[in-house]
Amino acid sequence: MSSTPTSTETMQTLTYAQAGALALQQAMSADSRVVALGEDLGRGGVFGQYRGLQQMFGADRIIDTPISEANIMGAAVGMALAGLRPVVEMRVIDFALCAMDEIVNQAAKNRYMFGGQGRVPLVARLPIGIWSASAAQHSQSLEAWFAHLPGLVVATPATPQDNFSLLKAAMASGDPVIYMEHKELWGESAAVDTTLPVPLGKAALLSSGNDLTLVTWSRGVAQALKSLQLPELAGVGVDLIDLRTLWPWDQAAVHASAARTGRLLVVHEAVQVAGFGAEVAASTAEATGCRVARLGAPRIPVGYADVLEQQSRLSPQKIALAARALLDR
Amino acid sequence: MPAHPSTGARALQLYTLMRRIRAFEDAAEQASLGGVAAWGLAASDKPALVRGPLHLSTGQEAVAAGVCLNLQCEDLLTSTHRGHGHTLAKGADTTRMMCELFGRATGTNKGKGGSMHIADFSVGMLGANGVVAAGIPIATGAAHALKLRGLPNIVACFFGDGAANRGPFLEGLNWAQVFKLPVFFVCEDNRISATTPTGPMTAGEGVSARAQALGIPASLVDGNDAEAVDAAAAQLVAQVRSGGGPRLLHAVTYRIKGHVSVDPGSYRNPDEVAAAQAREPLLLLRHRLLAQGHSSQSLDAVDAAAKAEIDGALAAAQAAPWPEAGAAYEDIMDTGAGVWR
Repeated sequence: MSSTPTSTETMQTLTYAQAGALALQQAMSADSRVVALGEDLGRGGVFGQYRGLQQMFGADRIIDTPISEANIMGAAVGMALAGLRPVVEMRVIDFALCAMDEIVNQAAKNRYMFGGQGRVPLVARLPIGIWSASAAQHSQSLEAWFAHLPGLVVATPATPQDNFSLLKAAMASGDPVIYMEHKELWGESAAVDTTLPVPLGKAALLSSGNDLTLVTWSRGVAQALKSLQLPELAGVGVDLIDLRTLWPWDQAAVHASAARTGRLLVVHEAVQVAGFGAEVAASTAEATGCRVARLGAPRIPVGYADVLEQQSRLSPQKIALAARALLDR
Repeated sequence: MPAHPSTGARALQLYTLMRRIRAFEDAAEQASLGGVAAWGLAASDKPALVRGPLHLSTGQEAVAAGVCLNLQCEDLLTSTHRGHGHTLAKGADTTRMMCELFGRATGTNKGKGGSMHIADFSVGMLGANGVVAAGIPIATGAAHALKLRGLPNIVACFFGDGAANRGPFLEGLNWAQVFKLPVFFVCEDNRISATTPTGPMTAGEGVSARAQALGIPASLVDGNDAEAVDAAAAQLVAQVRSGGGPRLLHAVTYRIKGHVSVDPGSYRNPDEVAAAQAREPLLLLRHRLLAQGHSSQSLDAVDAAAKAEIDGALAAAQAAPWPEAGAAYEDIMDTGAGVWR
């Protein structure tokens, strides 16, 4: 194309998908133990996030697998125990539900239950989120399920830069990482500094103000940025925090901000009930006594028709209204 | 490559290994009395030395021994919830194993896993597993790594008859065959899925036929005949080791004890159990060794040595230290390690 970028320049304009491909390409070039496995990777992955890599590294390292999610994830655990550093593609997070034993009971527990004898350095890419009228089984945001599990790191990049830098950090971490790209972000394009490290567990502060702390991640970030321009929030000083990693999450940054502003709104696309926003809100209220509010999806499956799907979607307007209500409380 | 002839020395080696497993299982069972409450039984007031559930392989020793005598230390192994025999036969130290069952800091898993998760990575034993069939995908991945890394070793993957009715069995066998991986699948068929006979719940011609349907050569063997298991495993392991792709051994045996330590197994026909006792693998092999000219005194000496080894393991485990409470927060992850709420 080449829509596959070369890795020679340190500052490049890349899509979110290309940024992920470049991060993997660099890791595979640097370390022969890194392999990727999943369905349809040879032709570039279903979202183009592996484009060109099988030509570069061969079918032994960019591994096309049968449609066998349990075995894909379980094999990655075995590969990791036997000296490789696998990157697993689950296509959409909804399919990873076929591999929950392998994620929850095997990858997450291995190191602890065997008394530290082994490590499971794997990155499982589980794309989340609503996209293109894909309805109830291809649209879920299940990050809270994985944040609940000891042993797992959970990352939710919102930008091409973070998809590059966080994926590299995930591959380098040595822990099992649940890596959640958002399916509606694949085509988003931005400048990426390929020398910029982003540590796991460190939030990004995207705007500063003294009236409200607004915490979000993944696709919520762009929506929240737009909400700041709406009339409901005119003249309001907002600390907008992109959490970037949900486990470990940047408690220090959020608690410090909320202690100053006295108000915290947590926004995510996932269902609000028992979502990770509840954890952020409760933790921050316990630590600071601040007023908290949450905005997530109602507890309904994602519908197909536009009017149904819209019920589950975030929007800048919904965020601004929720922020206004908290400010007026 | 032909199967090696089972010489008298080999048979004695099998007998010794099986006797050690039996001694370990018997001692663990005794130490668990009054332990975990299950099957409606209340735990006794007196704390048991082994608190958690034990899935004993008593009566199934010939499969563990016959297979593992054909493995090298660098070969890898995945096991089931009934994994003491596999662990011991792969070369783990019985004192460290017993310490693990006792929950001591000196156990193979530092007291973090117990019987159901017993593992010794230092001898290639990648873990017993609390989930039926869960070892199968892990074994295929480990074999995939060995192949990609160009290493000459293989992976032995034990699973039970119940596992053949779980999805990962199909996914894993297909995967191993598609990628021609060095996996030796061993179905240790004790004929019962927890407390329900497996046969009536299993369609078709059984595990071997399922493997053969995927093009994986498979053999059926009497899993109580240690020499037969040894010979069959020798042949199949050689084929796997030479790069022929996966092989499967279906070894039919019998679980003499209940599903879990406190389960008396009273749901079984007593005649069936008595018949199984009469041809349990140690008894069979002992008769054969006597017929080959070994003296009963020499076999008694093997038995006594096994008992002495396990008595030593028991004493060491009782004297061993508990883990520190702080160990609960270690060995979880590097990223964001520490005490979180």
